[in-house]
Amino acid sequence: MSTDGKNSKPLNVVGKPFRKVDARAKCTGQTKFADDIILPRMLYCKILRSHLPHALIRKIDLSKALALPGVLAIITGKELPIPYGILPVSQDEHALCIDKVRFIGDPVAAVAAIDEDVAFDAMNLIEVEYEPLQTISSIEEGVMIDEPRIHEYGDGGNVHKKVSLEFGDLDEGFGDADLIREDTFFYEGNTHLPMEQHAAVAHFDSDKKLTLWSSTQTPHYVHRALTKVLEIAASHIRVVATPNGGGFGGKSDPFNHEVIVSKLAMITGRPVKCTLTREEVFYCHRGRHPVLMHVKTGVKKDGAITAMHFKSFLDGGAYGSYGVASTFYTGALQTVTYEVPRYKFDGIRVFTNKPPCGPKRGHGTPQPRYALEVHLDKIAEQLNLDPAEMRSRHLVKANSVTANYLRIGSMGLGACIDKVVIGSDWKNKFAWVSEPGAVATGSSSSIGSIDPLATARGSDTIGRKLPFGKGIGFACSSYICGAGLPIYWNNMPQSGVQLRLDRQGGVCVMCGSTDIGQGSDSILAYIVAEILGIDPFDIRVVTADTDLTPVDLGSYSSRVTLMTGNAAIQAAERARELLTIAVAEKLGVPIENVSFAERRAFDVENPEIGVSFAEAVVVAESKFGPIGTVGSYTPPRSPGKFKGAGVGPSPAYSYSAA
Amino acid sequence: MNTARKAHISFTLNGEPAEVAFAPHKTLLEVLREDLALTGTKHGCELGECGTCTVLVDGKSILSCLMLGLDAEGREVETIEGMAEGSELHPLQDTFADLGAAQCGYCSPGFLLAAKELIEKSPKPSRDEIREALSGNLCRCTGYIKIYEAVELAAARMRGETIELPRESLYGCE
Repeated sequence: MSTDGKNSKPLNVVGKPFRKVDARAKCTGQTKFADDIILPRMLYCKILRSHLPHALIRKIDLSKALALPGVLAIITGKELPIPYGILPVSQDEHALCIDKVRFIGDPVAAVAAIDEDVAFDAMNLIEVEYEPLQTISSIEEGVMIDEPRIHEYGDGGNVHKKVSLEFGDLDEGFGDADLIREDTFFYEGNTHLPMEQHAAVAHFDSDKKLTLWSSTQTPHYVHRALTKVLEIAASHIRVVATPNGGGFGGKSDPFNHEVIVSKLAMITGRPVKCTLTREEVFYCHRGRHPVLMHVKTGVKKDGAITAMHFKSFLDGGAYGSYGVASTFYTGALQTVTYEVPRYKFDGIRVFTNKPPCGPKRGHGTPQPRYALEVHLDKIAEQLNLDPAEMRSRHLVKANSVTANYLRIGSMGLGACIDKVVIGSDWKNKFAWVSEPGAVATGSSSSIGSIDPLATARGSDTIGRKLPFGKGIGFACSSYICGAGLPIYWNNMPQSGVQLRLDRQGGVCVMCGSTDIGQGSDSILAYIVAEILGIDPFDIRVVTADTDLTPVDLGSYSSRVTLMTGNAAIQAAERARELLTIAVAEKLGVPIENVSFAERRAFDVENPEIGVSFAEAVVVAESKFGPIGTVGSYTPPRSPGKFKGAGVGPSPAYSYSAA
Repeated sequence: MNTARKAHISFTLNGEPAEVAFAPHKTLLEVLREDLALTGTKHGCELGECGTCTVLVDGKSILSCLMLGLDAEGREVETIEGMAEGSELHPLQDTFADLGAAQCGYCSPGFLLAAKELIEKSPKPSRDEIREALSGNLCRCTGYIKIYEAVELAAARMRGETIELPRESLYGCE
């Protein structure tokens, strides 16, 4: 039966325009975001943050703040001594700083009070004595200044992580090249700025079980962090990710305010809410790393790459966050677009006294992609090649393995380039005015010694077809569809789906995935509806609740549709199989004759003979008991076996050209 | 503890008479969300920058984070909760839902009310007029195109006309 879902039957739901399952709620103000949760006797939390970028905490005096009427609890770092962090290798954050602060905005103490005004006043009555330390504020300072260290771990001084990977004989590759070009690029950092500020509400109930509602993209990782820091059994903690008012990667870490409200709820026995101000969202940050990059590429006259050496220096900010992965990502995907037979990557991430950087849309790959694409344009210009043509001539092949052991499946970049070339009228807008080959190459026998400055100087003799002040450029990119490996080592699926069929024809899909506006709840409904032959609006979707839904790792790295989608397909096919057996028996037709469409199960040879979907569930439940199925998805194993091989592999790569 | 006496106002809220008591320094945004539990009105900055807290006061879109609750005395306030007629969505709500103009949905209430003001003033707004009217509202998900198209489609439906939508609006780029 499982092959039914992969046959060539036309699709009725997937690929068709449907309203998202939550569209009406979002357009009527009914969607409950984290800060929309108001519980009886709820307390409000405010967090006192460091105003110094780097300092030792000498003394914290809470007495005046505690004396303020309406204050129920104040906590400092000593109440939460256990460190946490998203990656097992960087457990370097404390919900409240213990002995030192590492950036302006690092949390120092937290107040729970009867309303926000009292909490705010109390926060301002807390007295902290600091001893300032030297500030490390740039990549250069992070590399050059060893003391004071921002953290006591890492690869020496203020270097958080140094990575080095080499695939193939670079010397041979550069030796074969007709032209070797080197460029240095800098990509400034930026932040996600979701419209919704982070917010969390914790409730510690009379059974001493904790529930946290939070605007998070990764409820499963928050669940793990809370279990560790609060020392409560995971089975006694429930994390519910509320619909995210945008995330873009900025809500993918476990955050200090989530731990803090949980602890305050445990201490006070009352629900506690913390909603960050817009200013505090900038302190949470985890935005795109500023990266300084150096790229050296050897190419043949036709633009074929013979070797590439890419170096990146990342400004990590004050904590690890996803930084080790981000560092590898600045070197991972250079090889998945154009053939790079020999490849070397060196990466360094430094700690600086700034808000911590992390994953933002494309996680560490847009920075090197910018460098690589501009670098290739410069090479094309030096070789007097059309940059679009040069790119499409040397594409990575479908169903191949790259030098750094990334397995490429389908490869759509060529089609993207062709479409953009036609759609943009590239051939008529971008072209040399002079005859091809007339400029830049000089003596064709010594193409390897082209002086880039000479090319630039010669630019008044060459030009584009567009008038002065107008330009057109070409760039391509690629990204993963989910990471091949989970963030913490385990052999379990990355995505799980449970399906429950109601005897009245309703279907409930349960999955840990988190809708951050990308429509992941709708995807689940569409896929299940497609397979069961029902309407997406017959389906109830329950997601992102660690008590009710099987684990999905979270909404990051463009993984959700592929991974939860495949898990949903498996669960739905298993349910359809049970229904098929029962319906075939009832109709007295062979199993392979039973088909599902338009809320019916019927005999394909006599479509008028059949039962409604609800009746199909009834006959199946009569035969098998209540109908519930599960599905899961685990990405295929990556062929790379080296340290760092976990970053870059993906079940599929998406491609784009512009 | 806040010992100041609460302020009290009477006004029209989503077409119905309403009274509410609240700490006098509160903004209309805070009064709506915290004292009237109308959490459909959102906050993104509370500095008047982002437009998520847009509501209509006497038919005009205003930023509720910049208006004191006290100033709503005697006025007519409309929030997203009052936009649908019973269970029938306003045409703008319909087209925002149909065209994917609401993605995460956080900015949508503000956009919808700002767009409602526009359509009531200008039943056949040009793209530039729409852009201008919605320029105070930020969206980080959609890139605005679908929002503009949703406003155009709703305005057309309200005029009793049909308009052809770009194919990629419904099906995505092929």
